Amino acid sequence: MNRKIVFLSAAAILLAGFGSAAVMVRDRQAESAARTAVAHRDALVRFHAPVYGRAEAPVNIVEFFDPACETCAAFYPLTKDMMAAHPGRIRMTLRYTPFHQGSDKVVMLLEAARKQGKHQQALETLLAAQDAWVVHHVAHADRALKVLEQAGLGLNLEQLVLDMTSPEIAGIIARDMADAQALGVSKTPTFFVNGKPMPSFGATQLKALVDEALAATGG
Amino acid sequence: MKPTPWALVFGAWLVAAVSTLGALFLSEVMYLPPCLLCWYQRVFMFPLVAVLAVGLFPFDRTVVRYAMPLALAGWLVAVAHVLLMAGLIPEAAIPCTQGVPCSRIDFLLFGFLTLPMLSAVAFSAIGALLAAAHYSSRTDPT
Repeated sequence: MNRKIVFLSAAAILLAGFGSAAVMVRDRQAESAARTAVAHRDALVRFHAPVYGRAEAPVNIVEFFDPACETCAAFYPLTKDMMAAHPGRIRMTLRYTPFHQGSDKVVMLLEAARKQGKHQQALETLLAAQDAWVVHHVAHADRALKVLEQAGLGLNLEQLVLDMTSPEIAGIIARDMADAQALGVSKTPTFFVNGKPMPSFGATQLKALVDEALAATGG
Repeated sequence: MKPTPWALVFGAWLVAAVSTLGALFLSEVMYLPPCLLCWYQRVFMFPLVAVLAVGLFPFDRTVVRYAMPLALAGWLVAVAHVLLMAGLIPEAAIPCTQGVPCSRIDFLLFGFLTLPMLSAVAFSAIGALLAAAHYSSRTDPT
């Protein structure tokens, strides 16, 4: 028998086996993620979580994110554009999963900025300047604070640093992390659109899920 | 019928290819993060797929010389990992700090085979097949 044929068919069989098993496992993972999201839907939206957009908007994007995560920064303009394209119809609920080292301190900064009504401005500033305060996957809150200082958002920085350490903010992070665990969120960003997780990760998948929710809610 | 040296090296390639795809399946599809020792075993297993495939076409018996050090090194790491899991080597004696402890068992096949055991078996099989190819009668042309 020709050796090349033996070799190539063995390689083809192995790869085909790998591919079909991967598709099967992925399908099962997507199904179980959807089931988990339904079972723990109470963990998706909490009163304490910051919301962007009109509170009554029919389509709710819940994002579990880490301010130090590059992909989260890359996805931010995407969700913002979608909200701008459908004014008043999409709202976004932000949940914190600071998986990066030091990132929890930056979340505290964001929440302290929220107390001064500047959550979105602070988040946008920090995401745009992520390189300046995330070094080798470690978030440096002191540098993040400097970024905020230089951005001239009109934040009361003294109050900001005081508020950062409040137990209320620590409680928000703990609650969000616990909810993330219940929902099986282990990577950032993780999106849920009206309670549904993405079947697989990607910008197109997110847009498809949002379009589907927009259509389902009459638009 | 005695297997030809080519068939023996091909067998070693098959073992390496199955092990490589299996390792990739566990980490990339099932999201089991590999621990540090698992990474060292991968470092020696993955290149075997390429090295042995190159040696098969056109068949070059000296491929055994290039592949054997990889198989031996991988075997040593795998055996150390098995001993570590069995508690015969203290974890502190081996650098193991990538967040995933090497002594934790994430996956069991047939209820008793751990991944380091599978890895040790695979490296042993590759080494044995390569040795058989090397020492099979010198007069065999291929």
